[in-house]
Amino acid sequence: MTQHSVSIRDLSLNFGNVKVLEHLDLDIAQGEFIVLLGPSGCGKSTLLNCIAGLLDVSDGQIFIGGRNVTWEEPKDRGIGMVFQSYALYPQMTVERNLSFGLRVAGMKKDEIDKRVARAAEILQIGPLLQRKPVELSGGQRQRVAIGRALVRDVDVFLFDEPLSNLDAKLRSDLRVEIKRLHQRLKNTMIYVTHDQIEALTLADRIAVMKNGVIQQLSDPHTIYNKPVNLYVAGFIGSPQMNMLNGTLNGTTFTTDDGTVISAVNYQFMAPVSGPTKAILGVRPEHIVLGEEARAMPFSLDVEIEIVEPMGSDTLAWTKIGGHPVTFRCNSDVDIKSGQKAVIGFDAGRGSIFSVETTNRL
Amino acid sequence: MSQFAQSSDAAALASTRPPRRARRKFNVMSILGTTPMILTAVGVFVVCIIFSFIWSFTNSKLFPNFNFVGLDQYYRLWASDRWNISVGNVFVFGIWSMVANMVFGYLLAVFMDQRIQQEDLFRSIFLYPFAMSLVVTGLVWQWMFDPNLGIQSAVRQLGWTDFQFAPLTNQSTAIYGVVLGGVWNGVGVTMAILLAGLRGVDGEIWKAAKIDGIPAWRTYLFIVLPMMKGAILTAFILQCTGVVRVFDIVIAMTQGGPGVSTQMPAIYVIQHITDRVNVGQGMAAASTMLLPVIAVLALQGILQWNARRKKEKAL
Repeated sequence: MTQHSVSIRDLSLNFGNVKVLEHLDLDIAQGEFIVLLGPSGCGKSTLLNCIAGLLDVSDGQIFIGGRNVTWEEPKDRGIGMVFQSYALYPQMTVERNLSFGLRVAGMKKDEIDKRVARAAEILQIGPLLQRKPVELSGGQRQRVAIGRALVRDVDVFLFDEPLSNLDAKLRSDLRVEIKRLHQRLKNTMIYVTHDQIEALTLADRIAVMKNGVIQQLSDPHTIYNKPVNLYVAGFIGSPQMNMLNGTLNGTTFTTDDGTVISAVNYQFMAPVSGPTKAILGVRPEHIVLGEEARAMPFSLDVEIEIVEPMGSDTLAWTKIGGHPVTFRCNSDVDIKSGQKAVIGFDAGRGSIFSVETTNRL
Repeated sequence: MSQFAQSSDAAALASTRPPRRARRKFNVMSILGTTPMILTAVGVFVVCIIFSFIWSFTNSKLFPNFNFVGLDQYYRLWASDRWNISVGNVFVFGIWSMVANMVFGYLLAVFMDQRIQQEDLFRSIFLYPFAMSLVVTGLVWQWMFDPNLGIQSAVRQLGWTDFQFAPLTNQSTAIYGVVLGGVWNGVGVTMAILLAGLRGVDGEIWKAAKIDGIPAWRTYLFIVLPMMKGAILTAFILQCTGVVRVFDIVIAMTQGGPGVSTQMPAIYVIQHITDRVNVGQGMAAASTMLLPVIAVLALQGILQWNARRKKEKAL
């Protein structure tokens, strides 16, 4: 049996009659960066709090480093945690904030100093050590909060939406820094967020959650390109995946208004027999324009309705068989609203879902 | 009158600078509505205090007069044993009741913070004494401490026949009896204020402390308590004003006795104005009592100013 850093077995959590987590299993490898992604109320923070030991589980077990910690105190689990509101102790200096837990645990002073110095060096907060949290900016506060997890010298780091209180610029800066930190420390990290960009950029594997159930657990590329169901497909990606309603017969997809799209190149999970109500999902960047489009298995003459230049690329809105469709093209391409154009795509790169089960076909 | 003139000036100013209009304009209805209250406040507090102060420099007897005698009343006041004992008593009473009130108030608040069942019920029970007049509180505790009716006789009836507990009958312990009654009356309010302060602390602080392995009592003492400065200051100032004007509970429990062991400044004031027919002396005592109140208010002002300055500096 391979040694997992964190293992969750058949975990359930109920608040009264409300089932927040249901029979949840999750294995996280040593040094892996896992992101729990989902909208608010999907149970991702709850799951993290269960791992941290801040919530008592109703059923199931949690192993950290091969040890069953289901009923252990948070401090004994070998975890460090970083919170959205930073949760620094406001009346203590940065140094006290970092060392307070260690002092209370009765650690020797020179060992504490060594750890604080190391954390300060890694996070570049040395000059801030004698300041109080009120005198720090949001980004600095969050570094200190990460430092407080760092000095605990633990194997598993838990992040609960650590960047959500920061403005956009700082968020992307600190995101890179967390990634750098992970590459340097090689700790196991579990990171909760509702921001798909954070998830896609940071994660080794993403667990997309909904209603307390993990919908898909996979690497970012698979999550993005091969979502297992309609929910994951719709949640990941901005702008959203284009969804065309229709019927699948063999490898031929016919939209509700009769446009025929060949799905010959599509890798089906299992052979589909007979006509089935289905949804074809195509990512906006998989749709191409002009000459390229003619070479695609499916192409169509359309009229461009709206053009949104985004700087790095341009979004355009049109319709395929009455469905609004967006596609992304190079910002150098000259297109205007009202213009006729040819668009095309390969359904093999798209995703086909059953209307009945909403699962990938 | 000047207020209205000012408001019309402001309105004229505002009309030329529309963006500031909303901030400058006085609402006529709100001024009309609050006028009675403003008059009462100004009349009762400012005017009465000014007259008390003026009469404290006169030799007023049964009725106030304006025969000024300089600081004579103040010299007499501080030469009076009775007054000096009262001041000493109010310090003993104040320090003990404030310490006890804060400590028990915080402990009760912490107890209420443990997500106990029936929290509302307990909160009402702890707050209930405050809803009672201090006279009633004093009377109840006087009975409790009465050797022939209260705790002492109850314990003796249970079999411990030489049990002694009658603090109010002894000169050296009577004031602690009053402290106990006062704390029982006021601790619920302190608890409510501190509980609100406790609940205002970010839940993630608690989580962080748990992960750090900091025991709950240390979290309450070293992390959460310093975060509740506002609530503590509010409770403290309420306590202070209660202490300075302490009167009714003493009257109900001991009438200032035995001897002069529970005499308080407020009793001194009232006795000189009424029984002793010496308004001038009473006013001098009352004006003197105003000093610590002003000091406390100034302290609060300075603390708030300091906090605001720090905040601005941080930003």
